[in-house]
Amino acid sequence: MKATCWMGRNTVEVQEVPDPRILNARDAVVRITSTAICGSDLHLYDGYIPTVKKGDILGHEFMGEVVEVGSEVSTLRVGDRVVVPFPIACGNCAACEHGLYSVCENSNPNAGLAEKLMGHSPAGIFGYSHMLGGYPGGQAEYARVPFADVGPIKIEDDLPDDQVLFLSDILPTGWMGAEMCDIKPGDVIAVWGAGPVGQFAVASAFLMGAERVISIDRFPYRLKRAERAGAETLNYEEVDILDALRDMTAGRGPDGCIDAVGMEAHHPTGLVHAYDRVKQATRMETERPHALREAIMSCRNGGTVSVIGVYGGLLDKFPMGSLMNRSLTLRSGQCHVQRYLEPLLGRIRNGDIDPSFVISHRMPLEDAPRGYEMFKNKQEECNKVILTP
Amino acid sequence: MSEGHDRTTDRLARALGWASLGLGVVQVAAPGAVSRLSGVDDSARARGTILLVGARELFHAAVLLGSRNPASWVWTRVAGDALDLTALGQALANRAGRRRGRVAAVTAAVAGITAVDMYTAVRANRPHEDRGEDGRDERTMNLHAAITINRPREEVYRYWRDFENLPRFMAHLESVEMVGGGRSRWKARAPLKKTVEWEAEIVEDRSGELIAWRSTEGALVGNSGSVRFSDAPGGRGTEMRVNLGYDPPGGKIGMTLARLLGEHPEQQVRDDLRRFKQVVETGEVVRSEGSPEGTRAVRQLIQRPAQPVR
Repeated sequence: MKATCWMGRNTVEVQEVPDPRILNARDAVVRITSTAICGSDLHLYDGYIPTVKKGDILGHEFMGEVVEVGSEVSTLRVGDRVVVPFPIACGNCAACEHGLYSVCENSNPNAGLAEKLMGHSPAGIFGYSHMLGGYPGGQAEYARVPFADVGPIKIEDDLPDDQVLFLSDILPTGWMGAEMCDIKPGDVIAVWGAGPVGQFAVASAFLMGAERVISIDRFPYRLKRAERAGAETLNYEEVDILDALRDMTAGRGPDGCIDAVGMEAHHPTGLVHAYDRVKQATRMETERPHALREAIMSCRNGGTVSVIGVYGGLLDKFPMGSLMNRSLTLRSGQCHVQRYLEPLLGRIRNGDIDPSFVISHRMPLEDAPRGYEMFKNKQEECNKVILTP
Repeated sequence: MSEGHDRTTDRLARALGWASLGLGVVQVAAPGAVSRLSGVDDSARARGTILLVGARELFHAAVLLGSRNPASWVWTRVAGDALDLTALGQALANRAGRRRGRVAAVTAAVAGITAVDMYTAVRANRPHEDRGEDGRDERTMNLHAAITINRPREEVYRYWRDFENLPRFMAHLESVEMVGGGRSRWKARAPLKKTVEWEAEIVEDRSGELIAWRSTEGALVGNSGSVRFSDAPGGRGTEMRVNLGYDPPGGKIGMTLARLLGEHPEQQVRDDLRRFKQVVETGEVVRSEGSPEGTRAVRQLIQRPAQPVR
């Protein structure tokens, strides 16, 4: 089959690789009908996630048709149409039983590697480094899905791929970002990053009853998309964010601050950006945490900072004093996608949200290298790329 | 999970590290003064040699003071002493008069230090005192690991109690056969693609609480083990604590050899328990294309690419 392989920094190639086969009795093999490039794939593309190996198949947002099931899978049949969540979760461990699917205790066979960097191991993730399992991803024609009796959700009506594909990651991720803010009537929510996850966080915050949502980015075309979702917008290359947010909230600061940027943030001041860029390039810190620093400084006293942007390891100049002295709550996590599949599919079905609004480009799987380049460099107002095998 | 350390030896080793640091700094900062004191300032090469020796002392200091297990590094000092004594021996042979007296004094001092180093190194290599509860002998290598399993205690106990299940998650075991009377035949893969077989007997068995076993007379690698099961607090399943003891052939040297051949016993026990948890909780050992054999320390270092297995 054809698959998108990581071949080094800033290089992906669509290569011919063996077809997947069942390795565990609870596996299924899915023929992929739609898959997408995620902003977090760019961290791999840029070479900032450790333990990625030449030849690894990328991609953790995918859906398709079941073509083979293992002997222990009774919930799926050949021919079923499914969306596959990006975290791999067994459904049996204590974490899964508590709905913490992205920290499943059993799905990472390379847990020892993750423990060295993080103390304890999170769940395995499709196409997201060997530290997180060494599982091939879904930017391919086929994928093996472990614990297929737990993760995948069956799509039994005629909703098109475009509307349900994002259940695999970015829609529930944006949703969980807003949910962690514990939104109450009158709340003002600020969202750093107006990419697809940020756009979904904006939409989710409104669905949860936020009074105002403020979207922060530097690309006018992305801010326009957030605006269409109802957000007020700030361009951090034009205004000082801390001042602007203080002003917009009459001095209080936003009640909830969502970091939908993660480890490769930019800073409008060349010097500050250069400082983190150099430390990251020399591997003295793995993150450029500017958005997170700003979210903490901006948040109202007693408010919540919700982190859904991806971080890989260590950062510095973390405003711990601001967080502690001002009674902030810091919440975070890779999305526990399995928890949100049913409720969000319901909201898509009843028309509360049509996630397809984030799509800007479609191309055949073979064009994945062009898709990565466009998405990374924000060419042609690229917002979200769908690949079809 | 750890092999126990002898604290006294570690303290001794660290003191030697401080001595190295002091000596190293003086030798590097003032090689001229050191060569005069030692009576070798007539040699053109003395300065350079003392600088090198000083740098080596700083290396000893770094490994002895920086390591969590300093005692195992004392052999580097013993090797250094041998070099020093050789050099001093030559210096002594080529000198007479007052210089000879000074060289002799330094040589005596170094010989004394060598004795301390040797004592510490030998102490460090001595097998650890047995701290297990089931009376293993002195040469035993003890390993410990613990894990929480999200299943009731009785069920976890029963799965382990059927030793024939063990090869499902213990990477080194090929098979275990229960032969009756609490006895079982074990067959395991050993380094260099060999297999070893032995018989084991259960020495204690308290349902839902404890299983302890040991190999019978005549096993090539004498070994013993115990597993304790207790309720994790607040309905969190079962806490399992495993202690294993091995008497590797060739003792410590055999162990070191096995390590060089890629065997890391501590990591193996940890991996075994992780796979045990997978089997009991999910029904099987979890495999990825990067690690198709499931959790294994060696495989985690040398991953396949994340591409389908042919």
